[in-house]
Amino acid sequence: MLNRRTLLAAGAAALAGPLAAPRIGQAADLTGVTADEIKIGSIFPYSGPASAYGVIGRLQQVFFKAINDAGGFQGRKLNYITYDDGYQPPKAVEQARRLVDQDKVSFLFNTLGTPSNTAIQRYMNQRKVPHLFLATGADKWANPREYPWTIGYQPSYRTEAQIFAKFMLEADRNAKLGILYQNDDFGKDYIAGVRDVLGPRFDTLVKTASYEVTDATIDSQVVQLQSLGCNALLTAATPKFAAQTIRKVFDIGWRPKQHFLTDVSISVGAVMNPAGPEKGVGIITAQYLKEPTDPTWQADPGMNEWRAWMQRHMPDADQTDGNFVYSYGVAKCMMQVLTQCNGDFSRENIMKQATSLNGVVIPSLINGITVGTSASNYHPIRTMQLAKWDGKTWERFGGLIQGAG
Amino acid sequence: MNGFLHQVIAGIATGGIYASVALALVMIYQATHHVNFAQGEMATFSTYIALTLVQSGMPFWVAFLATVAISFCIGVVIERVLMRPMDKASVLTHVGLFIGLVLVVSNLTGWVFDYTVKPFPTPFYDGPLLGGLVTGHELGSTAVTLVVLGMVFLFFRYTRLGLAMRAAAFNPASARLVGVRVGWMLALGWGLAAAIGAIAGIMVAPVVFLEPNMMLGILLYAFAGALLGGIDNPGGAVIGGFAVGIIENLGGTYIVGTELKLTLALFIIIGVLLVKPAGLFGRVVLSRV
Repeated sequence: MLNRRTLLAAGAAALAGPLAAPRIGQAADLTGVTADEIKIGSIFPYSGPASAYGVIGRLQQVFFKAINDAGGFQGRKLNYITYDDGYQPPKAVEQARRLVDQDKVSFLFNTLGTPSNTAIQRYMNQRKVPHLFLATGADKWANPREYPWTIGYQPSYRTEAQIFAKFMLEADRNAKLGILYQNDDFGKDYIAGVRDVLGPRFDTLVKTASYEVTDATIDSQVVQLQSLGCNALLTAATPKFAAQTIRKVFDIGWRPKQHFLTDVSISVGAVMNPAGPEKGVGIITAQYLKEPTDPTWQADPGMNEWRAWMQRHMPDADQTDGNFVYSYGVAKCMMQVLTQCNGDFSRENIMKQATSLNGVVIPSLINGITVGTSASNYHPIRTMQLAKWDGKTWERFGGLIQGAG
Repeated sequence: MNGFLHQVIAGIATGGIYASVALALVMIYQATHHVNFAQGEMATFSTYIALTLVQSGMPFWVAFLATVAISFCIGVVIERVLMRPMDKASVLTHVGLFIGLVLVVSNLTGWVFDYTVKPFPTPFYDGPLLGGLVTGHELGSTAVTLVVLGMVFLFFRYTRLGLAMRAAAFNPASARLVGVRVGWMLALGWGLAAAIGAIAGIMVAPVVFLEPNMMLGILLYAFAGALLGGIDNPGGAVIGGFAVGIIENLGGTYIVGTELKLTLALFIIIGVLLVKPAGLFGRVVLSRV
C-alpha cells in the first residue's frame, strides 16, 4: 500500500542510498561486522537510582571477554561496547546514537529500563538496527508490525497478569479482584493482562485503584479496595509501595483469599523484610528464573554450570544476587542467535534469527521453560511458575502456566 | 459508612506526615521569608544519619536527639556557606540555589547511603490499634508533631530570640538598627528548620519506608497544607496538613478518583493563593515604610 509514510521512507532511502557504504552490493547491512570482529552495543544504568542493575552489564563484559580469550566466536572477536545512561532517557538516546553512529555496532543487546528503551525504540527502528532482548518487562516491545527491530526477553507484566488471572479463576470462581496499580505503563500492563483473561467479565469482577509515584502512602487506596468488597488483590507496585501495601493490608485486618504481587517487588531484602516477613505470608508471585538462594537448585545442572562459570570468571561477585543469573541466561540466549546466524551476520539475518528461536533451553530458566519466538511472536518467554511466600522464602508450587497472549 | 470513616482516619494519619513537614516549612519561612525547596531532601539525609546511628547500637531517643543536633549544625553551615554570599542577590538567584541544593543533597544521599528501600524502626508500639484503624506509630508521631508545634509556637511568641528572628526576617534593616544580629538570626533559622525537618523525617520514615526520594511527593502536599493554614502560622500549618490529608483521601475516593489526587493538592495551592493568600489562619500583614 502506498501512503505518505512509505513514500517518505522510499524517498529517504533513495537519498541515503548513494551515501551509504558502497561496499555491499544490495540490502544486506553488515555494519559492525568485519572478518575478525562483531561489535555489540549495550546501555546500562551503571550510576544513578537504578545502579543496582549495573551488575547485569558487568557480567556481560566478562562473558564476552571470556569468549574472546578462548579464541573468539567462529573466528571473530565479540567486541562488546557498553555505556552508562544513569537510568535517564535523554542520556540513553545520546548513548544509542553514539553506539550506532560513531561506534557503528551491529546491534544493541539487553539495554535496560522501560523509560530508556521507550526513548530509543523509534530511533533504532528508523535506522533498522536490531534492538534485542531488552531488559524490561513492559509488554509494548512485542509489536512487530510497528517496531519489527525491537524485541523483549523476559515474560512481560501483561503475561504475568494473565497467569495470575487464570490461576485466580481456577482457584475461586467467585473471586472479586482488586487491582492496586502504579499509574504508568508498568501498572497498566497488569490491567491489560487481567482484561485479556476475563474479557467482558472484567467490569463486574474487578475494581481498580491507582497511585502516583509522588503519593506519600497508598493507605487510602488499600482501604478503598477493601471497602468495595474485594476478596482477592493484585498489587502492581514498585518496591516501596509494595512494602507499604503488604503492611497496610495486614494492619487493617484485611485477609484477601489471594494476594498476587508483581515479580518486580519480590525482593526479600527490599520488600518482604521491610514490610514484616510474617505480614506477607501466603502472597503469590510468578517466577521464570532459578533463584540462586533456593536450595532446590543445589544440584541442578543448569545452576551448576552458572556457579562454575561465576567461580571461574567472577569469583568476587555476590552469588545470591539474582541479576547475575538473569544476565548469564540472556547472554546465552544471544549466543544462540549468533550461532543460528550460521556465518551471515547482516542486521537482517540477526533479526531474523532472533525471531526464529525454537524451544531454546537456557540454563538459568526454571526447568521446562524455554525461549521461543517467531515473526509474529515477539514474546520470547511466556511461561512462569507460581510461588508463595512462607515467611522466609518464596516456595514454588503447581505446574508451569502459560500466559494467554 | 465504615469505608468513609476509615478513609477519614487514614487521611488524618497521612495528614500527620504532611503536618510535620509543613511545620519545617513554616519555620524556615518565619526565619528567612524564603521557602526552601530542599527542605525535604535535607530531612531525608538527616533520617539516614539517624538510621546509621540507630544501627550502630545507639538507643533510639539518644540517636533522635543526636540527629536533631547534627541537622541543626548542617542547617547553620549551609546558611553560612551557601546562602550568606547570596545575601543581596535577587529572589530568582535564591530559587536557583534551592533547586541546586535539592539535586546536590538528593544525589549525595543516594551516593552515600545507596538507593535501596530500607525499613526504619519506630520507638512506639509497632502494630495496629482500634481494630486496625490506626497504628501505634501513627498516634505517637502525631503526638510528637503536636509537641514540636507547641515548642515552635512558644518559641516565636514568648522568647526574645524568637521575636528577634521574626524581626530579622520581616524587616532586616530596622532589626539591625535595634541591635539584632540579622546574619546569625538567619543562620539560626536554617538550623532550626533543618532540626524540625529531621524530626519530621524520623517520624515519616517508619510509615513510608526510607529511600532517597522519600520526601519528593510529601513536600508538595506539605506545601499545600502550609499554604492552606497560613505559612506564617505554625498551628494553622499543622491543621492545614491534616486537612489536606483528609481532603486528598475523600476527594480521591468519592469525587475525582485516585488518578487526580495530586491535582487536588495543586488546586488547593492555587485556590488559596487566589482567594485568601494569607491562608485560613494567617494574618494579613501590612508593611508600613
